[in-house]
Amino acid sequence: MTAQDVFFYIFALIVLLPAIVCVFHPNILYAGLSLFGSFFGVAGIYLLLGADFIAATQVLIYVGGILILILFAVMLSKDIYGSKFQDEKKKKILPTLLGLTLLGFLVKFILTTPWNMTLTDEAPLPTTSRLGDLLLTDYLLPFELASILLLAALIGAIILARSK
Amino acid sequence: MYTQFATILIFLIVGASMVPLMLLVGKILRPSNPDPKKLTTYECGEEPVGGSWVQFNLRFYVIAILFLIFDVEVVLMFPIAVTFRQWMTSQAGKGLLVFAEVALFIGILLIGFAYAWVKGDFEWIKTTRSKKES
Amino acid sequence: MSLPEFLKDLFASWPLLGILPLWMYSLLCVLGLLFLFLFPFAGVAVYIERKIAGDIQARIGPNVVGPYGILQWIADALKLLLKEDIIPALADKKLFIISPMIIFLSGAAAYAVIPFAENMILADLNIGIFYLIAITSMVALGLILGGWASNNKWSLLGGMRAAAQIVSFEVPVALCILTAVLVTGTLDMTQIVKNQSPYHWNIFHNPFMFIAAFVYYIAALAEANRTPFDIPEADSELVSGYNTEYSGMRFAIFFLIEYAECFVICAVATTLFLGGWHPPFIDISGLALPLRMPLQVMVFMTKAVLLLLVMMWIRWTLPRYRVDQLMKLCWEVLVPFSFACLLGTAFWMALFKGKGIPELIYTLLGWAS
Repeated sequence: MTAQDVFFYIFALIVLLPAIVCVFHPNILYAGLSLFGSFFGVAGIYLLLGADFIAATQVLIYVGGILILILFAVMLSKDIYGSKFQDEKKKKILPTLLGLTLLGFLVKFILTTPWNMTLTDEAPLPTTSRLGDLLLTDYLLPFELASILLLAALIGAIILARSK
Repeated sequence: MYTQFATILIFLIVGASMVPLMLLVGKILRPSNPDPKKLTTYECGEEPVGGSWVQFNLRFYVIAILFLIFDVEVVLMFPIAVTFRQWMTSQAGKGLLVFAEVALFIGILLIGFAYAWVKGDFEWIKTTRSKKES
Repeated sequence: MSLPEFLKDLFASWPLLGILPLWMYSLLCVLGLLFLFLFPFAGVAVYIERKIAGDIQARIGPNVVGPYGILQWIADALKLLLKEDIIPALADKKLFIISPMIIFLSGAAAYAVIPFAENMILADLNIGIFYLIAITSMVALGLILGGWASNNKWSLLGGMRAAAQIVSFEVPVALCILTAVLVTGTLDMTQIVKNQSPYHWNIFHNPFMFIAAFVYYIAALAEANRTPFDIPEADSELVSGYNTEYSGMRFAIFFLIEYAECFVICAVATTLFLGGWHPPFIDISGLALPLRMPLQVMVFMTKAVLLLLVMMWIRWTLPRYRVDQLMKLCWEVLVPFSFACLLGTAFWMALFKGKGIPELIYTLLGWAS
């Protein structure tokens, strides 16, 4: 096992353990907060793949943005420490089935995708400027469409918030 | 590249262990005289009234969403900002075209920004004022 | 080259130090940065701030411990270390403990990419400034958690306000940094400084950059919760805001990171806009390395500390903003201005093929730059 493998398994654990806590913790505040570890673990795996810019983006958007949004949303709800969020009549069968179906699809796609992987010992090159070049040439349309998507999200959020 | 990020990893590990370490040093030195009065919540000397885990203004949530949207926009702009100079200096004639692409990207988002501004969503006390009027 | 690599090269032929692996150097550098720079600097900054506050308010300030009270910060640190550590009975204990850790982590980790001089950067990341934005965005998380966990009304209000404020002002800050990146064309902190020169500071690249520097400074001031934007810890309305319930060492961490963050802001402003370690109009790049590096550190620190002094001057001169004024300032003044700077700089770059005002003047006069 190379050092990279060791780090991969460490990061994978850092992703998975908080994710399990997130699913099973009875308190939604803790469940949401446990994602903190997961997000960092994912950033670590991105780094191992040589995607430095994406790794920092992961931390900026997920830890600095989405996690705060989740916490705000959780704190907006009443009585977090009470037992209200523990539904006594737990609906277990349907979510389990849905989860298993999703897992099945994921496994199938992972097995059938041609990954075209070639492992090299060379250190990965910086990605940021190449990303920029691609966004300005090959992926110009998705880039501009992303702006429209953001516009839609912005207006949608404002209207949703105002309706209350 | 990995060597640099390894330093960051070491920094994060040291940083995370620094706080417990400082508290540990403190624990050895400092006094500990627990007292139920000491552990009450501070409310300017009065007896605390109720808990503080109450619902708060929805505006905070809107601000967080606004931030997230602009944050994603900034993240998408960063790789372009890095190559922008090269496009300006090396590719002759393409400079204004690339500028137009960037301006379009920002311009579309600015429509949303202008919408939020015109509709008064940046005014913190708007909700209370409209309540008084109605 | 980063500092650990530089030191390893430097001590390669030494008997004991030469055989240490690189990660040991990294560890030593991290510890050195924390204990020899971050902690003492924050302490001295507190002392200087109190002296300046004294001067501005026509008092003396600390003058008892040591000559001119210069050892006051050590006494304060010892006092905080010896204070009893109280966790309110009704608080959420786990979150109460985690919050200072997150704040310390994000506040201190920003120091890893500050370029004090050539080879004097802890980790020479190729995404340097972007990493800095990402890692400091975690502070808001720590503040909300601290405010929430205390189960105190002042703390909760302070924490919420702090998070909303940091998150809002991060938009103009990020946009201004983006503007500077547009001019330099790299995210690497060392490269950003190297792309400038004693004659070409980024701030003078074009008029929009000049405005962007000021917008950055104001917005960053608000992001660090400094007066006149210290709504989250407005002592006249919120007692002490999110750290009301924190005592002893835990409070010290909040306090320390506040000052650490102020220095980061000034260091980033120096790097991005004020030419980093380049002194004005004097080219020192021809000097030998052992002579050049200390000079560069001195130049860098002078610029950063001057900005820090301006920050203190502002703090003790201006009254506090109101919450609604603050949000209005952010979204209706700073964000439009920063967008205008971004587009203006991009247009300038397209128009003049990336040349700044100094270079244009040189071409006009026929000088080689």
